[in-house]
Amino acid sequence: MSSDFQRQMPSAQNANQSRWLYKVHLDPILLALVSVVLCFGLVVLFSAAGDQTSMFDAQCQRVLAAMAMLVVAAQLPPGVYLRWAPFVYLLGLILLVLVLFVGVTVKGSQRWLEIPGVLRFQPSELMKIAVPMALAWYLQQRVLPPSPKHVFFSLLIIALPALAIAVQPDLGTAILVAGAGFAVLMLAGLSWRYLIFAGALIAAAAPLLWQFALQGYQRQRIITLFDPESDPLGAGWNIIQSTTAIGSGGLFGKGLLQGTQSHLDFLPEARTDFIIAVVGEELGLVGVVFLLLMYLCIIARGLVLAVSAQSTFARLFAGALTLTFFIYLFVNIAMVSGLLPVVGVPLPLVSYGGTSIITLMASFGIIMSMRTHKAW
Amino acid sequence: MAVALAIKDPNKEKEMIVGRAIAFFVVVVLCVCILVARFVQLQIYEHESYQSRSDKNRIQVQPLAPPRGLIYDTNGILLADNRPSSALGIVVERTDELDAVIAELREIIALSDEQVEQFHEAKKRARRPGEAVVIADNLSDADIAALAVNRHRITGVEVITQLQRYYPLGAIAAHAVGSVRRMTERDVQQNDEAAYRATQFIGKRGVEAYYEETLHGRPGFQQVETDAHGRIRKVIDSDPPTVGKNLTLHLDARLQQAAVDALGEQRGAIVAIDPKTGGVLALVSKPSYDPNQFIVGMTDAQFQALSGSVYVPLFNRATNGQYAPGSTFKPVVGLAGIASGAMQWDTQIDDNGSFRLPGGEREYRDWSWTVDNSGGQGVVDLRRAIYRSSNVYFYDVASRLDVNYLAGFAEDFGFGRNLAVDISDASRGLVPDSEWKLGAKGEKWYQGDSVNMGIGQGDLLVTPLQIATYVAMIANGGKTVRPRMVKGPEAAPVSDAASYEPTHLTSLTDDDWLRLIASMEDVVHLGGQGFRGNGTAWAYIGQDISYRMAGKSGTAQVVEIRQGEEYNEEELSEFRRKHAWFMAFAPVDDPQIALAVLVENGGGGSSVAAPVARKVVDAYLGSPVVMQ
Repeated sequence: MSSDFQRQMPSAQNANQSRWLYKVHLDPILLALVSVVLCFGLVVLFSAAGDQTSMFDAQCQRVLAAMAMLVVAAQLPPGVYLRWAPFVYLLGLILLVLVLFVGVTVKGSQRWLEIPGVLRFQPSELMKIAVPMALAWYLQQRVLPPSPKHVFFSLLIIALPALAIAVQPDLGTAILVAGAGFAVLMLAGLSWRYLIFAGALIAAAAPLLWQFALQGYQRQRIITLFDPESDPLGAGWNIIQSTTAIGSGGLFGKGLLQGTQSHLDFLPEARTDFIIAVVGEELGLVGVVFLLLMYLCIIARGLVLAVSAQSTFARLFAGALTLTFFIYLFVNIAMVSGLLPVVGVPLPLVSYGGTSIITLMASFGIIMSMRTHKAW
Repeated sequence: MAVALAIKDPNKEKEMIVGRAIAFFVVVVLCVCILVARFVQLQIYEHESYQSRSDKNRIQVQPLAPPRGLIYDTNGILLADNRPSSALGIVVERTDELDAVIAELREIIALSDEQVEQFHEAKKRARRPGEAVVIADNLSDADIAALAVNRHRITGVEVITQLQRYYPLGAIAAHAVGSVRRMTERDVQQNDEAAYRATQFIGKRGVEAYYEETLHGRPGFQQVETDAHGRIRKVIDSDPPTVGKNLTLHLDARLQQAAVDALGEQRGAIVAIDPKTGGVLALVSKPSYDPNQFIVGMTDAQFQALSGSVYVPLFNRATNGQYAPGSTFKPVVGLAGIASGAMQWDTQIDDNGSFRLPGGEREYRDWSWTVDNSGGQGVVDLRRAIYRSSNVYFYDVASRLDVNYLAGFAEDFGFGRNLAVDISDASRGLVPDSEWKLGAKGEKWYQGDSVNMGIGQGDLLVTPLQIATYVAMIANGGKTVRPRMVKGPEAAPVSDAASYEPTHLTSLTDDDWLRLIASMEDVVHLGGQGFRGNGTAWAYIGQDISYRMAGKSGTAQVVEIRQGEEYNEEELSEFRRKHAWFMAFAPVDDPQIALAVLVENGGGGSSVAAPVARKVVDAYLGSPVVMQ
């Protein structure tokens, strides 16, 4: 693999562009890494699903659909994305507003738009791509690093959808969307001082946020993080059971299909948000570290593709999508292992569920597009 | 610094983006290192504690309740059975929306508001984590089926099936057999927690309470793998419970039923004893209650009706009701007179209806006394004094006796103590003596107190069980009788603490006993003697009887009748009327049953209590009424 990696370094690009995959705008290394993680995810899901084999079949179909999505996304040249960026963003914003009024409520959150019998989707999912795309579009016309005025407008571009998503309420997606936006800003050279200043501001405002911004259940989740035993059968249940699952896995794990925590239903959401605990329980530290290394390679490859892209827009967009992927996995794994409060974020490419996998694969397609299309 | 440049420089921008990307990648690597460190901490350093935690999660040691020993009557009729009963429980911790769950359950089975209210009360009480709180008891088969069909829809709901006590005779034998009650927190603390881990009901009354240890058995255990919903996935190891031992009582269910019927709607008690063994053949206290109600549960209103009733149905009158014995006490006084030498069998007294102590003001009356002073039994010896129940004779005897001697004599018959082997909570009653009076009332003993005691009044208190024991001893010719409920190998032995040696009765001869028994036979059988010549009970039970019965009636005053006043039953309120007593045994030549009947506020002993006793003995001896 390392020789492949060498060959695809930006300095060596001309020598190898004759390969057929590049002609169809696919990056073989990223594609291989993503496929490994997808297969790994399917194996884990097969175990976690237990006797519900229909779940596994459904996920296989989704993976195939997502793969097609990647290929399609990679075919669109960066110019198309650039041109459509503001319109997609505005469309997304309009849909988000629509959700607030006519959205379908599932499990207490109003996240879905539905055309009965035809389709049902989450506009917030679109924003995970539309926000970094719009920001990259906005900033590529400006002098970088951006001036305070442009920073202000950039923040506005981030804040509008993020707030609309947060009130659904869907804190997990709001964090990812905002994170994608900030990634663009930071890549665009926003001074670190802004970050430090913002951090200090949030810390100072924390008591006020605690009092006014957070909902009761969100406050409870933070309390639970620090002391899960305070309510072991209620709010603390999830985190106690997930750390127990992970910890009991040890170095090599209990083996596939042998996890008692997941198979005896102690572990909640074992197939969706908490699936990393199944990895930890059944495949042990070895399995977790393997998955983390794969993720790290995907991020490395994504960043390499991003910086070697042909334009500022492409670099910002592809880089931000890669970093969003990282935020995804970090928030999820840190949450399940008890480092962060519980937020509804799936484990990328592994968790059961269609929406996130299709968005993620589309972003990988975009990253490939940004790199493989000729200059424009 | 960067803001100063107004012109876009693509190369510089690219450099900056590359720099930022590298910086980000460093941050990413650091973050991944944090995650790895966290997993190393959980999976390597804390692995063992999480391993045991995971095992504790899935492997549970569940106690298995031992089936309680059954209780049979002397003929093998079941008095206390075990039946499977299903209850619906909710594991509160495993439900997200308790109210929604209850609302859904209400669509499936009928739940009253009261049940829901009681559930909310019960869930506040301390329990083991993950233990279901019962919301509905005694589910029907239809309920169970409906729940099974809908089970997948509702999480945290369990149907718990356990063996539950069932008393086939219900109220009929409630006071005789006793009953179990749901264990309270105090019960849990007071008993061996390990032995009672799976037990929900504990013996609280009667035989069920006294033989709790024998009946309970030993719990078993099973090690099971359960899922998060508490459902058992597989049994890893098990040690079955030891069934409690069965008990057989001396009680005869047929006789018990006959006794209940004989008492009818009247309040009172009946205790029948086999004089040879002391075995309690029937033990009735009315009104009674259905002990099954305490097991299936009842509403607050039902419980209030039981516990708050002025007729105290939960109270066991047979063993714990304490009453003046009235004339049933006269044989004790008469025998004490003989034994002390104060009287002979042929000593005669002129009973003109009233008695005065030498130099005393107060007039003590015979039961036949009337305002016009036409009462009295005429010339009476001890035999006539018994079958006519002459008060004056016994006033006279008692006045000649030292009260402490009389009290000791009464105690030899079991008064003032609990002679029962396995009825530990039976009341002792009260036999007053001079020492007691000084202690309790701060007064010395007056002769007048002795006179009152001579006819079984005053401070003297006895229970129906004591009267039955006493009449059984008379039937035995003075041999001690220890009442007992259980027979066979599980029967409790007489404890050393409860043993006693009668000292006063020994001075009586066999002839004295035979004469006493003959006098008591006259109570029932002496008839056709004209005015004031018949045995007191003859007119009521003696005319058509086919076997020989010895008996003695008693009519115990509840309120004191003042000097010069006539007792007028009509005017007295229900609870101030006299108690009716009758004690008897039969057949005289081979006593098989001795019994005491008390009818609370029933009136005359011979007219009210004697017919009840007759019916019970008839039923036991299996003799139909022979018409003359």
